Amino acid sequence: MMETTSSNLEVEARAGGRRTPLLSQRRFWRSVGDHTVLWLGVLFMLAPVLLAFLTSTHDAVTIHRDGLQFLPGDHFGETYEAVLFGATGFTGKATGLVMTFNSMVLGIGFAVGKIVISMMAAYAIVYFRIPFATLAFWVIFTTLLLPLEVRILPSYEIVQKMGLLNSYTGLILPLIASATGTFFFRQFFKSVPDELLEAARIDGAGPFKFFVDILVPMSKTMIAAIFIIMFVFGWNQYLWPTLITTDEGYYTLVRGIKQIIQVWVGANIPEYGQAMALAILAMLPPILVVVVFQRWFIKGLTESDK
Amino acid sequence: MASVTIDHVTKEYSTSGRPAVSDVSLAIAEGEFIVLVGPSGCGKSTLLRMVAGLEKITDGEVRIGDRRVNEVDPADRDIAMVFQNYALYPHMTVRKNMGYGLKNRRLPKAEIEKRVAEAASILQLDEYLDRRPRELSGGQRQRVAMGRAIVREPACFLFDEPLSNLDAKLRVEMRGEIKQLQRRLGTTSIYVTHDQLEAMTLADRLVVLNKGEVEQIGAPLDVYRSPASTFVASFIGSPAMSLLNAASDGSALRIGDVVVASGAGLAAGPVTLGVRAEDFILAPTSGGFAMQVSYVEELGAGRLVHGAVQGQMLTLSISADHPMTDELIIAIDPARLHLFDASSGKRITPRRETAEA
Ligand SMILES: Nc1ncnc2c1ncn2[C@@H]1O[C@H](COP(=O)(O)OP(=O)(O)O)[C@@H](O)[C@H]1O
Ligand SMILES: [Mg+2]
Repeated sequence: MMETTSSNLEVEARAGGRRTPLLSQRRFWRSVGDHTVLWLGVLFMLAPVLLAFLTSTHDAVTIHRDGLQFLPGDHFGETYEAVLFGATGFTGKATGLVMTFNSMVLGIGFAVGKIVISMMAAYAIVYFRIPFATLAFWVIFTTLLLPLEVRILPSYEIVQKMGLLNSYTGLILPLIASATGTFFFRQFFKSVPDELLEAARIDGAGPFKFFVDILVPMSKTMIAAIFIIMFVFGWNQYLWPTLITTDEGYYTLVRGIKQIIQVWVGANIPEYGQAMALAILAMLPPILVVVVFQRWFIKGLTESDK
Repeated sequence: MASVTIDHVTKEYSTSGRPAVSDVSLAIAEGEFIVLVGPSGCGKSTLLRMVAGLEKITDGEVRIGDRRVNEVDPADRDIAMVFQNYALYPHMTVRKNMGYGLKNRRLPKAEIEKRVAEAASILQLDEYLDRRPRELSGGQRQRVAMGRAIVREPACFLFDEPLSNLDAKLRVEMRGEIKQLQRRLGTTSIYVTHDQLEAMTLADRLVVLNKGEVEQIGAPLDVYRSPASTFVASFIGSPAMSLLNAASDGSALRIGDVVVASGAGLAAGPVTLGVRAEDFILAPTSGGFAMQVSYVEELGAGRLVHGAVQGQMLTLSISADHPMTDELIIAIDPARLHLFDASSGKRITPRRETAEA
């Protein structure tokens, strides 16, 4: 954004023949303006996270009494230890670590499953002459219009009948069909030059080899992008895990947060600090995934070649 | 190395339309360099791809050596192909790109290494073996594509416009290299191009295609010297041969009311007269006619003069020293003129003896 404005100005300046003081002054104020807008944006986005973190370093009583905290407190270690290793719920199975693990399984299983399935679907649609391939694709595509929530009861019933309640398979498998993924991989495969397939055919690569040796490595960028989106999507699932798993050993972080607030019975004060801490923890892995994969993703984009 | 036989081959993409390749027959000898040339869309690629096995053959037969290959998989036809966009695997190093086909054929590692190293040294790619295609220049990528073909040690190389993505200078350079390489390896080659100059310089034999049909097959000079039709005449050679609507009355050949040549041996009626730019005679002692100059292209070594005789455009090449005027008196070297049937465009050879009878 900065770059475009400054180069525009340079063009203006050159067109004017020389750079007048007025112009460089204008340029300065414009840059100040841009930065102000950007910083306001950053603050706006980060404030809630920062607030949650600061609040999480206080004890529950302080928070209950005074509300959100704008300064760091002295309960950081305590709160986070309790969150990571202490158990919530009734059975004591759902420690922060267990929940993090479960969320990971869900996020990764979700993302990997979706990528594998949608890549294979896109491969079939783009590279094989199957009858009604286009129709099949559009049928898959229209399922975008039907979010999980719409079909959640029938889906639940199927999982229940298959005896997959309270299992990772039950959590992940029914959700890994992905119209979005199929769509993106289809578009990507269509942009791969036909000659590559032909060269591979002459080189003696059959359909399986072409997929594994050539298409998959070429799709790295696409895979990274979809992994980011799907991991975060899976990580943030709430309604589906709530339905499918009742065993606390399968609790995810997102559910855990709610669990902490829910123990407000009688005179107990809910562990607000812990809930905030858990929310912060729940945010970290997705952030990490985005940061790591984004670098990969951008590298792939700039080194783009087909 | 092997011969390749294309036997009455036809390709129809749809049953309704005109075939993309129509009843083409061609016998290619072992070690021969054949160039398929023609304008864009004339079916060159289609024909080549049928030999490669990338396109189904609608009718006819393709044989490599003595083996009918119509139903054989591309990988098993013992051919190698170089594509216009090179079609290198972007994520593989040069070494892997070249070795991939061999690896799929389960050749021992040591053998693959050896062949890749050999090809790399022939093509001066040794330093680049561990680079990815995107880290190479266009010319180097082109070489890698060639290397991938060479390591297979195939019976036949197939090239589909392999130089058209290069700049003009590099194209000339690579053209020379391809020719030398083919001589050295002695591998039968079929080369597709729309560039007539490339075709002329590379080919042992040219195959000129027009709308899916063979117009002429022959050595480059034979095709240049006696084009079989107006199509070939205007396509092969640069500048293009001037084609003029003329009429014969049995004794003289006229353009409009100007006599341009003797018409002896020709039946009376319209005829198409073809003259190459270098076959005009400037300021002849007798029998000259006037040409109005419309513009001149300076080529350095010479000039191309474009002008009109009786309203018909023609082009001649003259020495740069010749003084330029608005009107030139020219004649046609009678030994070097070409005559074509006015309606079919096919070459006519006037028979002077029978004309007397
Ligand atoms: N896959 C295809 N489907 C239908 N028509 C095609 C296909 N490929 C080529 N054609 C048609 O066949 C003709 C010859 O094409 P091509 O062999 O590619 O020409 P060239 O290589 O000489 O430029 C063209 O008219 C083209 O439109
Ligand atoms: Mg072509």
